[in-house]
Amino acid sequence: MLKINNLKVSVEEKQILSGLDMEIKPGEVVALMGPNGSGKSTLANAIMGHPNFKINGSIKFENKEITGLTPDQRSNLGIYLATQNPVAIPGLSAQSLLWQIYKARNETKSSISEFKEWIVAQAAALGLNSELLTRGVNDGFSGGEKKKLETLQMLVFNPKLIIMDEIDSGLDVDALKVIAKTVAKVANERKIGVLVITHYWRILEYLNPDRVIVLEAGKVVREGDATLAHEIEKTGYGVTL
Amino acid sequence: MTRFAPLKKSKSWEPLEYKYGFKVEEKSVYKSERGLTKEVVEKISQIKKEPEWMLQKRLEALKIFETKPMPTWGGDLSKIDFENIFYYLKPSQGTEKSWDDVPSEIRETYEKLGIPKAEKDYLGGVKAQYESEVVYGSLQKSLADKGVLFMGMDEALLKHEAVVKEYFGRVIPAGDNKFSALNSAVWSGGSFIYVPKGVKVDLPLQAYFRINAANMGQFERTMIIVDEGASVHYVEGCTAPIYSTDSLHAAVVEIFVKKGARCRYTTIQNWSTNVYNLVTKRAWVEEEAIMEWVDGNLGSKLTMKYPSVILAGRGARGEILSVAVAGEGQHQDAGAKCIHLAPNTSSRVISKSISFRGGRASYRGTVNIGPGAENGRSKVVCDALILDDKSRSDTYPTNKIFRSDAVVEHEATVSKIGEEQLFYLMARGFEEHEAEAMIVRGFIEPIVRELPMEYAVELNRLINLQMEGSVG
Repeated sequence: MLKINNLKVSVEEKQILSGLDMEIKPGEVVALMGPNGSGKSTLANAIMGHPNFKINGSIKFENKEITGLTPDQRSNLGIYLATQNPVAIPGLSAQSLLWQIYKARNETKSSISEFKEWIVAQAAALGLNSELLTRGVNDGFSGGEKKKLETLQMLVFNPKLIIMDEIDSGLDVDALKVIAKTVAKVANERKIGVLVITHYWRILEYLNPDRVIVLEAGKVVREGDATLAHEIEKTGYGVTL
Repeated sequence: MTRFAPLKKSKSWEPLEYKYGFKVEEKSVYKSERGLTKEVVEKISQIKKEPEWMLQKRLEALKIFETKPMPTWGGDLSKIDFENIFYYLKPSQGTEKSWDDVPSEIRETYEKLGIPKAEKDYLGGVKAQYESEVVYGSLQKSLADKGVLFMGMDEALLKHEAVVKEYFGRVIPAGDNKFSALNSAVWSGGSFIYVPKGVKVDLPLQAYFRINAANMGQFERTMIIVDEGASVHYVEGCTAPIYSTDSLHAAVVEIFVKKGARCRYTTIQNWSTNVYNLVTKRAWVEEEAIMEWVDGNLGSKLTMKYPSVILAGRGARGEILSVAVAGEGQHQDAGAKCIHLAPNTSSRVISKSISFRGGRASYRGTVNIGPGAENGRSKVVCDALILDDKSRSDTYPTNKIFRSDAVVEHEATVSKIGEEQLFYLMARGFEEHEAEAMIVRGFIEPIVRELPMEYAVELNRLINLQMEGSVG
């Protein structure tokens, strides 16, 4: 469903990705690993259409070239990005954002009060205090709460492809487990593609990646099955050098 | 201002939709000549059959107006042509108690503005001012039975002369500034409210100000007296048609909040962008009383308005919440003044401004903790949001603190809509203008939640329109 060909991405004349190829099939979970600065987050943001990047090459989603599309157009095709550092939007309540995403992405006749009831239950399942939903999006949220809100948005967004950019960073063990399990469940039930960017094996334990890709200096340097992630966890990225 | 490639095909600039820009045929019972003279002032007083002392006050004020120089601070006042303005226009015979008796074209105007419906749905009383006079007035019988007075200022001058005489110009004397002098000379209309001791008015009382004629000057005068332990919420709205020439609105609002009383005054100013809006508003707040100004400035060419609280009694509290929206050709010079005269007084100011398409929003405020204001506390927060590089925001705070035990805080932030915020929302499927509108709505949410629901909806609708217009 996602096919990337010879992708080159630069920021302010500095090349970050230099000819990357990658494919994710429906229902496939792909782990993307690599040292800091290898271009993992750049790839995630480039797929989503962040305006800071200069892009060459091709990104196709369901056989449609998306490099010319704005982030909202890409999003509306069904791509969901859970960002590494979610920004705060004071005054826009999380609840209202969730409702607006839900309305836009789902054919539904449920009323706002039915939705509220449902979302509070979903938040509770993630261990997110529902009082937070009445606050501004990510405004004064802890790192873990932000990641849980990203997950909650993913649930209402109903995506075809999930990109998770280091959603496990700064999470305690319990939070990591509940988020990873939620994503795994959704991915499994709805047969959607998942690109999970991480440094750690732990999240992959719950997500069972079909493939592991290692990025280094803007290029794919290694590819393998889940055991590769294990190996990296033990010995670091050094093995690939 | 699109930053997200590819650029949308740029539309040619279109003016924002201003829903209230319609005008109806001008009919009047009496209309003064253009320009301001002693004769015009005398004629106004004569038509109104005023007591002699009021005429004398008007004439004194006229002299002050003529001798006071134009303010050189604030906005650009140099284009106001005082000679070209009509200072008095009487649109109908009097204030009616039934909409059916209001001349049809005026009634239709208020119907379009949704006033009779709002009156039925959620208001305790209504005053509708058209040009210079209050053409319609109502007050729920239950409130009238409790002794609440809500009438046009002209009617109050005739029926409750002693009260008006006692309070008129007491917190805003004619000589306070050039425009309070102008208002004192040619004032007409405005609301008079008296809430007796201990009476709580639950439903808002609303006044609606409409200018219809071109080059009109509207100079309403409002006086609110909330007696001990009583409370009231007064709401005013203002609109005008769009003309290529300018109109002038220079109101004076004096409020007296007695011991333990509470008054909230909400304004949604949505004049068309050819109106100079130069208004003086001040409240005298006694012991343990609370005054709250909620001030929304959306329209007008230039607004200069600084709602003030004079905290005169021990433990008095004042709060000024304001939001200003400045688009193309607009300058909102708005702010607040908190004057602490008594011990344990506290004030809070929250000011939010949004400027875009070359608009300019300024916060101008004063906090004065006087020598007698032991333990005075004040907190001022001004946040400005600037949507593009052509637009501007300024903050001019003045603090005068005469006590070492005072606690005065001032926070100011200026921000642009962050690219990361836009990207975040667009990555959730929202178009750029919608994402911007969501961010802007979030920014003003702390003020909007204080507004009556109908106004909150209206404010959000306007923000949406303006965002749509600002992209491409």
